[in-house]
Amino acid sequence: MPQPSRSPPRSALGSLVLIAALVGVVGAAFAYTAGWLAPGRLTPDRLVDSLAPPGGPALGFRRNHAKGICVTGRFEANGAGAALSRAPMLAQGSFPVLGRLNIAGPNPASPDASVPVRGFGWRIAAPDGQEWRSAMIDPPVFPVATPEDFYALQQAAGSGRPERMQEFAAAHPSFGAFVNWIRTAPKTASWAETRFNGLNSFTFTDAGGTARVVRWSLIPAAAPVPVTAEQLGQRGPDFLRQDIVERLRTGPVRWTLAVTVAEPGDPTADPTKPWPAERRTVEVGTLVIDAAQPEPEGACRDLNFDPAVLPDGMGTSDDPFPAARSSAYAKSYDRRTAEVEEYRRATGGGR
Amino acid sequence: MSGTTIAGAARFTPAQRALHWAMALCILAMLFIGVGMVSTIRPIYLVMVAIHRPLGIAILVLALVRLLLRWRHGAPPLPAGMPEAMKLAARLSHYAFYALMLALPLLGWAMLSAAGYPATMVGGWALPPIMPRSATLHSVLWGAHHYLALAFFALILLHFAAALYHALVRRDGVFEAMAPGGLPGHAPGRVAAE
Repeated sequence: MPQPSRSPPRSALGSLVLIAALVGVVGAAFAYTAGWLAPGRLTPDRLVDSLAPPGGPALGFRRNHAKGICVTGRFEANGAGAALSRAPMLAQGSFPVLGRLNIAGPNPASPDASVPVRGFGWRIAAPDGQEWRSAMIDPPVFPVATPEDFYALQQAAGSGRPERMQEFAAAHPSFGAFVNWIRTAPKTASWAETRFNGLNSFTFTDAGGTARVVRWSLIPAAAPVPVTAEQLGQRGPDFLRQDIVERLRTGPVRWTLAVTVAEPGDPTADPTKPWPAERRTVEVGTLVIDAAQPEPEGACRDLNFDPAVLPDGMGTSDDPFPAARSSAYAKSYDRRTAEVEEYRRATGGGR
Repeated sequence: MSGTTIAGAARFTPAQRALHWAMALCILAMLFIGVGMVSTIRPIYLVMVAIHRPLGIAILVLALVRLLLRWRHGAPPLPAGMPEAMKLAARLSHYAFYALMLALPLLGWAMLSAAGYPATMVGGWALPPIMPRSATLHSVLWGAHHYLALAFFALILLHFAAALYHALVRRDGVFEAMAPGGLPGHAPGRVAAE
């Protein structure tokens, strides 16, 4: 290394050691922040990895709720929601909707009857470009209270050892309510007859600046026709898709969007805990679906129904799930968009 | 000895120096937030994302201002005694810094556009998309944003090491040309006189 003649070598060596140490400290701080030195940190990569089946994920597909169909329609806001939030799509009017009806699990080829949980992701767009995205499921409670517990549940379920699941259930009493719902709740043979629940809480802020914590649900206009698990098992593997396509031939499918407002002391941070039934609930409009598209051709495939994409007037609450879901959904999105060629081939070959 | 140092008056202008240090803070924060946010699922994830997007655009705007100042005022000449290889490295690193300061925010913005995410700045206000919706484009832009950001941090470490080397070992006034504030005890003029 060239040294100016006036620099005494002794102090230069000390300076070089100091420089190396300073650069090392900054580099180490960066590596720590990035999680490279923290193998125990629950990163979105680890969370998304935990969703994969033993044979690995279906490339190009969502890492969870992998099987679904795109739907389009509109949200007809009745204006009642404007009292809760200044979000533009809660003012009276009609706003375009892009959605995706789906079933849970990482396998896009699962027979519909084999999966107990159904989902509905949607995006309502306002004329000014603001968006309200949400992804809802049909259980009335979530199986776990925290994202860390969700990861532990995936690990127990993926271990292939029944005693791990028994240990998990024993250590997480709220999990029992979810299992009980799967075992006992009446099933239907249609997404159109399914009630979807947001489960996570969010903050709505009105035009005057008053904030309230809320949850939302989609209540089907079609009367639920209960069917037994045995009856569902006799149907074809894609009966949900066939049903919705058939219904849309004769007219739109509707759900009422109902927003429930928490009272002080309600468990806003814990989606395993329902709020008391008498809580104020405001019907803010109707979600109308009038067309469906197969996922490979539909606009929903490459859209992330990230629950943290919210308009002004809506925000996250103390519920830790929307942040965890946003982080994990982004990871799932990054991975599947990198595998888009795989998806095209897999679907093209199968149909 | 004057040939090995920068003359006392040859410093970056006060505006250039102020912008350099303000942007150094912003860019370091940006890179730490970037790697921090993609490695956590905790609620701070959303806080970091909400800072990352507008801060990136702020850096883009500041980088454009800085580029204009550089065109207008130039840079102090490097000491004549500096080896040619070091001079070349210094010049190339400046090109790389300007390229990355401009490219990384644009890549981030384009990546959000290709994915159909709103590029939310503050409140409900978002920047318009600058790229058509495309999974393939998103993937390419994501990769470029990710790896160039890591390269940017590596370049900053090199720059940091080089600045300290000039300040502590060569003591040739190169560090002082960009140092904040007035000329301290290590002023190039004084060093040159020693």
